[in-house]
Amino acid sequence: MIENSKCECGHNNPVGTILCEHCGKPLDDSITHKDDLVQEMRYEGKARRSQTAQTSPFDLIWNFFSSVKVAIILIIITLAAAGIGTIFPQEVFVPSSDPASYYEKHYGIWGKLYHSFGFSDMYSSWWFVLLVSMIGISLVICSLDRVIPLYKALKNQQVVKNVEFIQRQRISHSERIPGEEKEQKIDQIARELSKRFYHIRRENGALLAEKGRISRWGPYINHIGLIIFLLGLLFRYIPGWYLNESIWVREGEVKNVPETPYYVKNERFIMEFYEQEKTPESLNDEDPVVKKYQTNAVLYKKDSRTGKLKAVKKYPIIVNDPLKYNDLLLYQSGFQTGLLDQITFKVTEKKSKTELGTFTVNLNKIRRDQVYQVGNLTVRPLEYYPDFALENNRPVTRSQEPNRPAFIFEVKEKGEETGEKSWVISGTNFENLMAENQYSIDLAKLHTVNASGLMVRVDRSLHIIFIGGMIFMVGLIMGFYWHHRRVWVRYSNGTLYVGGHTNKNWFSFCNELSGMEVFRGYDLRPTKK
Amino acid sequence: MEQLMENLLFCTFFLYLIASLAFVMGISKDKNHNNEQKKKRWGNIGIGLTIVGVVFQTLFIVTRMMIGGHFPTSNMFEFIAFLCYAIAIAFIVIYFIYQTVVLGAFVMPLAVILLAYASVFPKDIQPLIPALQSYWLPIHVSTAALGQGAFAVGFIAGLVYLIKSAGNQKEGKNAFWLEVTLVVVLMFLGFSLFHLAFGMVDYEAKFSHFVDGEANVQEYSLPPIVSPANSQVIQLDSFPGLDEPLFEAPVWMKGKEAASKLNSVIWSVIAGLILYGVLRLMLHKPLRMALYPLVKGLDMDLVDEISYRSIAIGFPIFTLGALIFAMIWAHEAWGRFWGWDPKEVWALITWLFYSAYLHLRLSRGWHGLKSSWLAVGGFIIIMINLIAINLVITGLHSYA
Repeated sequence: MIENSKCECGHNNPVGTILCEHCGKPLDDSITHKDDLVQEMRYEGKARRSQTAQTSPFDLIWNFFSSVKVAIILIIITLAAAGIGTIFPQEVFVPSSDPASYYEKHYGIWGKLYHSFGFSDMYSSWWFVLLVSMIGISLVICSLDRVIPLYKALKNQQVVKNVEFIQRQRISHSERIPGEEKEQKIDQIARELSKRFYHIRRENGALLAEKGRISRWGPYINHIGLIIFLLGLLFRYIPGWYLNESIWVREGEVKNVPETPYYVKNERFIMEFYEQEKTPESLNDEDPVVKKYQTNAVLYKKDSRTGKLKAVKKYPIIVNDPLKYNDLLLYQSGFQTGLLDQITFKVTEKKSKTELGTFTVNLNKIRRDQVYQVGNLTVRPLEYYPDFALENNRPVTRSQEPNRPAFIFEVKEKGEETGEKSWVISGTNFENLMAENQYSIDLAKLHTVNASGLMVRVDRSLHIIFIGGMIFMVGLIMGFYWHHRRVWVRYSNGTLYVGGHTNKNWFSFCNELSGMEVFRGYDLRPTKK
Repeated sequence: MEQLMENLLFCTFFLYLIASLAFVMGISKDKNHNNEQKKKRWGNIGIGLTIVGVVFQTLFIVTRMMIGGHFPTSNMFEFIAFLCYAIAIAFIVIYFIYQTVVLGAFVMPLAVILLAYASVFPKDIQPLIPALQSYWLPIHVSTAALGQGAFAVGFIAGLVYLIKSAGNQKEGKNAFWLEVTLVVVLMFLGFSLFHLAFGMVDYEAKFSHFVDGEANVQEYSLPPIVSPANSQVIQLDSFPGLDEPLFEAPVWMKGKEAASKLNSVIWSVIAGLILYGVLRLMLHKPLRMALYPLVKGLDMDLVDEISYRSIAIGFPIFTLGALIFAMIWAHEAWGRFWGWDPKEVWALITWLFYSAYLHLRLSRGWHGLKSSWLAVGGFIIIMINLIAINLVITGLHSYA
């Protein structure tokens, strides 16, 4: 470090300055032996906050995160961790409710280790989230540490630069020319450079030409975009900002959309296949390829005062085209076909074997007080077991799915006080049990429907995430498709000094300058001299 | 129409091939003195052929789209062919910035090798499953591929730099790994050649086995060194020295036709090594030394800059295609913009890797050798994502 930061041009520089803020003269002893100033030019030789010795805890943290080296290490660790996470499928993709034994069973000892180290659910693990957060902090601090001094330096650029500064640029040339030609020469340089869209500034016979400065802001803008993106991810944790549910809706059914005032009706589920002759022969022996999954849905909103449902949107939901209503999104995500929906029974008078008629039970709307009229009989469901089984000789239901529906009906003749009980169990004949019964009830017909699996999403931070992504792209484009190029010209003691600097792509810069008439015969190659 | 499409593809292949030869002619040594002029002439021919090749491939894509009714980037054959297209386009852009003939002599052969490799996969036009039916298919896949094409040019420029700096070294880490990299490239070529050869004699082997309780038949087009786990032979054409598969694939490899793919990987390694052996015997020296004279006169800083420039051009395009467009489409199709699907993760890994590259280069001054090795490493990650993730790991993206 230098003790005296006053430059020979008279400017007082902050401690840590490498190139004089005013004239550009190299100040630091450590760089006097260097071939060129490429490294030092990166932040215009300005003193950065992180490089001025300070020892408060805040400064220590600041200095740690302001290092690009730290940022790169964080990136590499994240990269490696993300890679490890793909060796075996993540838990969310595993079709098992007991992941621990699943990994061991399918992937052996490695699977067991993988699971016990937490790699099987690593993307939501605390340490992975911590890594990403640290990258976020690094983005903020790295950017602030550099962009402020850089902005100040570029804003206060001086036209007249120290001769040593010009000579030690990576592209530089000097030639002796007579004093009376110098004005004409510099005029010509200015003319030709401005033809190439350089912005020209002249002062005391010196010249500074500059273009593409926005390239320098690219990295900072893309970092801002990334920070907004990461914040968008954080905002998901605000209550009500993120919803991830799924529901099954049968055809004809109206179902509440979880955690919202909305209801959705599945009018019809449609599955289409490609015509077989359209698929190539080689595939013909395989299953037909599905062309379309579609749910014709109607979205209703419940009026909070009257409690009535009002249709707000009718939409055919297909894969890649969800139903959108305000923040709510409904996606086609699955289907079930042939679900039992209604059963038709027929009632027979046993002695005469005359059919008295039929009645239909809607399994989803079955109620105890419901009464079916069959001729002059009334039939009432006393019990309903959707998934019938016997446990200790008592009837139970194993689930609410109608896998093996069983019923106890009460059949009453008109005017009678008590009726007779009648068992109907699908797949079983109970005739002997109810031998004294006058009427028998039998299955006549099964009615099936399809059901659609709908994914329910609300993601209010999506716009923020999207805006972050766009800002990131703008920053990248500015940074990579523009180049900050500068040319300094100065005449001193009979010699014309020309120096050039670009933040990247030296050969393109050299090609541009070498193609100019005024620089003919100059050696402007960016080789290390 | 199908015939026209096949002819167009063949023409594309042929044009890329002779473009490669033209570029090689341009840089090969000559007794004459007007080397620069010769280089320029052959360079013009080479770039002209490349452009015509790109035009033919554009026509191929258009024809295939007319036949299939969708943009042809929906399976391995279509995607790898498109990647070649992207590489050719990225090369044309870089060529017009830097006019380097040497680069063409290395990039265009890569396009040829990859196009040959693409044709190993089934070329049928397959109907699109519902998840792929979206205008985001062409937008997302083509931008991602264009970005990768630019990365590929960066990789080749890095490789050229390595040949120039380590090509004439007898030993050393750089020399060794450079040779290994070249052998890996040869594996792609060797595998394509083997596949072509066995295709010509209609080699076939079939195995029946169970995947998650469902009966399944796996077909092999190369002699089975490895068979599916717990499988029965249905058909096994004879191949000298291979009466039965040597071993079974591990049980956990459950992707679609995983064992057959593992078999292909093993054959690629064998083919690459055989090809390398033959070349080595013919040339009497390591491959890097044989290539060294081609790049001898090159300015190393220039190649270094080309490598960086290609990656810098590719990075925003890749970000847009492989991450941003991907997220928008994933949101439309699956209801979440990010789901840690293996392909997504590897796109992120690629992106993180190249951002590390850019930071190391721009902030830490990693130029030259280090930077070139990173360019090679980045392309290896892209290839892992393309081949290993699509073929070996099951996920939402395993369409092929």
